[in-house]
Amino acid sequence: MTPAKIERIFLTLSASMLLVFLGAFFYSAFGMGMHLPGWGGTIDPAAVRATPPFDQPGVREVAPGRYEVVMLGMAWAYQPSEIRVPAGSEVTFIATATDVVHGLHIEGTRVNFMLIPGQIARLTYTFEEPGEHRIVCHEYCGVGHHLMHGTIIVEGVE
Amino acid sequence: MSTPVVASPEGFELPEGQRRVIRWMIYLAFFALSIGILNGLGQALNYARIDILQYFPRMRTYHQGLTVHGVVNAIVFTFAFSNGFLALTTARALARPLNGGLLWAAFGSMVMGFLLAAFAMATGRASVLYTFYPPLMAHWSYYLGLALLVVSTWIIAVALFVALAGWRGENPRQRIPLLAFISTATYAMWCLASIGIAVEVVALLLPWSLGLVENVDPLLSRTLFWYSGHPIVYFWLLPAYVSWYAMVPKHAGGELFSDSLTRVVFVLFLLLSIPTGFHHQYADPGIATGMKAVHATLTFGVFFSSLITAFSIMYALEIGARRRGEKGLVSWFLKLDWKNPALLAQILAMLTFTLGGITRLINASYNLNQVIHNTAWIPGHFHMTVGSAVTLSFMGIAYWLVPYLTRRELVGRGLARAQAWLYALGVLIMARGLISGGLNGMPRRTLIMEAPYDDATWRLAGMLTGLGGTLMFVGGMLFFFVLVGTALFGKKMMGTVDIPFTVTHEGPATTGWAVKLDRYRYWVLATIILILIAYGPFLVSYLPGNFTSPGYQLF
Ligand SMILES: [Cu+2]
Repeated sequence: MTPAKIERIFLTLSASMLLVFLGAFFYSAFGMGMHLPGWGGTIDPAAVRATPPFDQPGVREVAPGRYEVVMLGMAWAYQPSEIRVPAGSEVTFIATATDVVHGLHIEGTRVNFMLIPGQIARLTYTFEEPGEHRIVCHEYCGVGHHLMHGTIIVEGVE
Repeated sequence: MSTPVVASPEGFELPEGQRRVIRWMIYLAFFALSIGILNGLGQALNYARIDILQYFPRMRTYHQGLTVHGVVNAIVFTFAFSNGFLALTTARALARPLNGGLLWAAFGSMVMGFLLAAFAMATGRASVLYTFYPPLMAHWSYYLGLALLVVSTWIIAVALFVALAGWRGENPRQRIPLLAFISTATYAMWCLASIGIAVEVVALLLPWSLGLVENVDPLLSRTLFWYSGHPIVYFWLLPAYVSWYAMVPKHAGGELFSDSLTRVVFVLFLLLSIPTGFHHQYADPGIATGMKAVHATLTFGVFFSSLITAFSIMYALEIGARRRGEKGLVSWFLKLDWKNPALLAQILAMLTFTLGGITRLINASYNLNQVIHNTAWIPGHFHMTVGSAVTLSFMGIAYWLVPYLTRRELVGRGLARAQAWLYALGVLIMARGLISGGLNGMPRRTLIMEAPYDDATWRLAGMLTGLGGTLMFVGGMLFFFVLVGTALFGKKMMGTVDIPFTVTHEGPATTGWAVKLDRYRYWVLATIILILIAYGPFLVSYLPGNFTSPGYQLF
């Protein structure tokens, strides 16, 4: 085989591999509904606490088995810092930051997004298994950054 | 027919004045790296729960150290090295001196920028990390310092393109020498890429930190930052690629296979490096998912050029090994000249970069990113790209570059080899630690040692991170011994010395489509169109922006 031919084979295989990967993750996103946060609306960070739904942070059942968690990130805490939902519930997080940029990662899940002042983040996730997950702020937000954490408890349903 | 990658293969001497400023640029780069590596040790040991930062003079917080580590390594070191190295390769490839005034102006701008940023960081006024996301607000001198560092790269770009235009004027209808093309293509890409960060700093952050305007838009700032923040990784990487393509085959006794394919790779980097920034913002609210998907697709396109590179470089190395008489299918790899520290360091850099590339593909994979976004996985990943592919390659390059610039022979070849092995091993161990910690949810950029939410699975990860970081530190220190030893005590070289450069097996095409690869005008235009496609819809729907955040100094 000539080098030019080997080169062509290598490049064809490389391109095919990348196309398969692209197809796989687009299918998981747009076919299976594992979405990234997208456009969620803007808000004035100074007026967050007076603007619904952020005037009442917390957990709400909006339909049987479906919950909304309205959440605020601030230096250096989450509000609420403890969340309880039953196993099997579909939870939509609606969150923003009141001061600087924070992050929110529920460990062991793909609930992982930024809290950016002025922007409203939305993400939906279904918690199938009962258990406890740590929530950590993963964006540097000042000297107390490492103190910023919370918990979500997925309760077993009898 | 074999063709050299430079215009006058028989030799060209850079004027001594220009050799001097390039030498100072390279010294500045490695001086910055020495500070960065020292701070890196403090960072790595933090994961192993050992606090040495408290013994650093003026160091008040972990994040002050992390800011210094990021800025001096990722900005000062890389910029200064590229400025010096690619100025040299362009001048040599065209056999033509550059404008000495511009070289000194770039050096001056770099020193000023470094001093301003260093002042802000040392006094604790800028502990905002090297990504400086507003509304955390640093002192204005920090932003001005960063701006001057970028300006110094623009001055070099002017020097390179003035020289290129001069050469083309005198050599009409001739193909640009390959080494000059890939060197200037790197700067062409960066000039277009740095617009985002320039606009962010000059239009948004400087007036805001000076108190001229009250509020900033955090999302718009992040978007401008990542417009530059992704291609900046290619600005770090491409000087190493220049060396891998144009010099490493020579070290290995081989030759580069295809001139055209090499140009295609650099044109792809020019076209695709920039319209991919949203893949750093997958987790950001406020950006439509459809646009994130567009950037994801283009990011995979850039990865294709790295796969071509893997092929071309491996093939060049194989040609070298076979010329040394090796017949085996894979055993040729062991027959390379492992005794040459310049080659050894760069091969080890390539090997660790393979893992860096695989983890990069995972980061770029849209929703797969949600598993690892902002965990310790990310620093695990990029220490195998900028931390080794780039840094270890630059160290390898220094093993011939510093002798070339000082006309002194390399001191301590054995030490140089040990350095490369230790550093590469350290990177792998540290990355193993950070990556496993990240998969278990360990956040990045966090004072893990004092976090209230400790996790048993992070202990081993932290210890490996500390161990790997320590080995990298020792490897780094050995490098500085060799460097300083060579500059001060190396045996004087007689006669003229030249830089190493390879020949291409298939030289530049004289007819057909490949001739058009040299037409910068078209490629720059195509790049701008791609940028408009990638960023236009977001900007049109988002502007005039949401300027509602005052500054915070929570550090
Ligand atoms: Cu936070």
